[in-house]
Amino acid sequence: MAQSEPRLAGRELTLAYEKRVIAEGLSVDIPDHSFTVVVGPNACGKSTLLRALSRTLKPTAGQVLLDGQSIATLPAKQVARTLGLLPQSSIAPDGITVAELVSRGRYPHQGVLRQWSTEDERVVAEAMTDTGVADLADRPVDELSGGQRQRVWIAMALAQQTPLLLLDEPTTYLDIAHQIEVLDLCARLHREQGRTLVAVLHDLNQAARYATHLIALRDGRLVAAGPPQDVVTADLVEEVFRLPCRVIPDPETGTPLVVPAANRRVAMGS
Amino acid sequence: MRTLRVARFSMRYRPRALAACAGALLVAAVAGVLALGHGDYPLAPGDVVRTLLGDGSPAEDFIVNQLRLPRVATALLVGAALALAGALFQTLVRNPLGSPDILGFTQGASTGALLVVVAGGSSQALAGGAVAGGLLTGAAIYALAWRGGVHGARLVLVGIGTAAILTGINGYLLTRTQLMDAARAVLWLTGSLDGRGWEQARPLAIALVVLLPLLLLGCGPALRALELGDDAASGLGVRPERLRLALLSAAVLLAALAAAAAGPVNFVALTAPQLARRLTGAPGPNLAASACTGAALLVTADFAAQHLFADHQLPVGVVTGVLGGGYLVWLLAGQRRAGRL
Repeated sequence: MAQSEPRLAGRELTLAYEKRVIAEGLSVDIPDHSFTVVVGPNACGKSTLLRALSRTLKPTAGQVLLDGQSIATLPAKQVARTLGLLPQSSIAPDGITVAELVSRGRYPHQGVLRQWSTEDERVVAEAMTDTGVADLADRPVDELSGGQRQRVWIAMALAQQTPLLLLDEPTTYLDIAHQIEVLDLCARLHREQGRTLVAVLHDLNQAARYATHLIALRDGRLVAAGPPQDVVTADLVEEVFRLPCRVIPDPETGTPLVVPAANRRVAMGS
Repeated sequence: MRTLRVARFSMRYRPRALAACAGALLVAAVAGVLALGHGDYPLAPGDVVRTLLGDGSPAEDFIVNQLRLPRVATALLVGAALALAGALFQTLVRNPLGSPDILGFTQGASTGALLVVVAGGSSQALAGGAVAGGLLTGAAIYALAWRGGVHGARLVLVGIGTAAILTGINGYLLTRTQLMDAARAVLWLTGSLDGRGWEQARPLAIALVVLLPLLLLGCGPALRALELGDDAASGLGVRPERLRLALLSAAVLLAALAAAAAGPVNFVALTAPQLARRLTGAPGPNLAASACTGAALLVTADFAAQHLFADHQLPVGVVTGVLGGGYLVWLLAGQRRAGRL
């Protein structure tokens, strides 16, 4: 299906935490300029895959390719200028202000002599404007609401100025309005700035609405990959999540909408 | 936040952090000049400064530059090194209690020194034993705390355990020393700057001259990235485990060299970074401000130790212990009130 190699891809990945193997022989392509969303049940390996793609986790076997080269062999700072990451849990140092936190995203572009250039200043201001946190620039991060804080972390990742951006569950712990706010922001970054986005999301309907490319995982295996309209079918949802359901067009957007069946007699789990 | 740009060089600084550094250095300079002027042959501060600049009489030159300056210089260097080590530990383990004298590195240095005393070694060998003991303990704690990476809480727990074991060993070693040696060992163990000469100050000065720019300009930004958590740091292009190992090594080396020069001076490494943080009001490791505060703290404490009681000199470790212990209680009580403990 791929005419040319995408910038980011995983090849025959075996992913494990110490002895516990999460995935074996997993290969994925991240289409260039896509908003790719990784979905799957809990513990299917979605976050683990994202950690491997961002080289936060070293695969036991196989490799992650960035622009055709194994990501493990590339200098860390060089990778960080191409590939940004919004991790699931980050720590804001006590008392740090929004502007200071966002400016830490400039690290991969800085050096011993060049610690704070005019370019750094411009990009940080732009990242804060793009995420709507410019008004909060001098506020301490600890005083912000969950949604604001998540936008600040996204601003930090944007300040990194990477064509590829990986987001690990960017909507977790946010209420529905803030979830949509963050996803709208991601969609805008994808559409207006042409960045390739890869996000792990829990909500299948949000994934179907926002993604241009879906990757469905179960037990560390790739079950399906493609545009949401092709991937999100009743059969596939049942196969991936073990959930009988109907799939109807979303009345707002026409994208697939998963409606769990009212009468479910299929055994759960297994 | 102000920006400084000269040709290709650019950096940011906070005016308040700069003022804090300048203030601490001023305090250190004043206390240093006072210490150089005090003693059996008192000198006015003006005469001290004149002598330091090379314009003193031969007698003044001997008293200030030969007799008293090595001690003050050692105090400045030991204070700066301990504070720097403390600031690194506290940032790396994300805990204000992370300090070489709590995590066992200082106790390890003591064990090394005591082994030399028991074997009847010279004071040069004692310093070497202290450095070796500190570094070996550092390596052992790192290895014991390793589980696919070293994390703050585990390092603190392993360190506190190691400190307890080594304290026991040190107590045992003290009972094995001869009476004369035991007195010398106990004096060393309280941390003292008495009779310190250039040979104690030199290794520490070299280490600081090499490490300070490396840490401030080279590792400072990476350390600030590491503060955001391992995943975020790795996303920014830092290799967390490698950086942690490098910085822990630097901190252990500084703590061991400080212990070799002055014995285990308590609480400076714990207190100085916390004080520096409150002075600068800035988040982050505050490495430069910590080093300046540590130097000021130790010179002042040593001056107090020498002259607090007219006829009786205290080892500086007693003063820093009392000051630092009081500060620790205040810190813990404050955290308790804030509901963080």
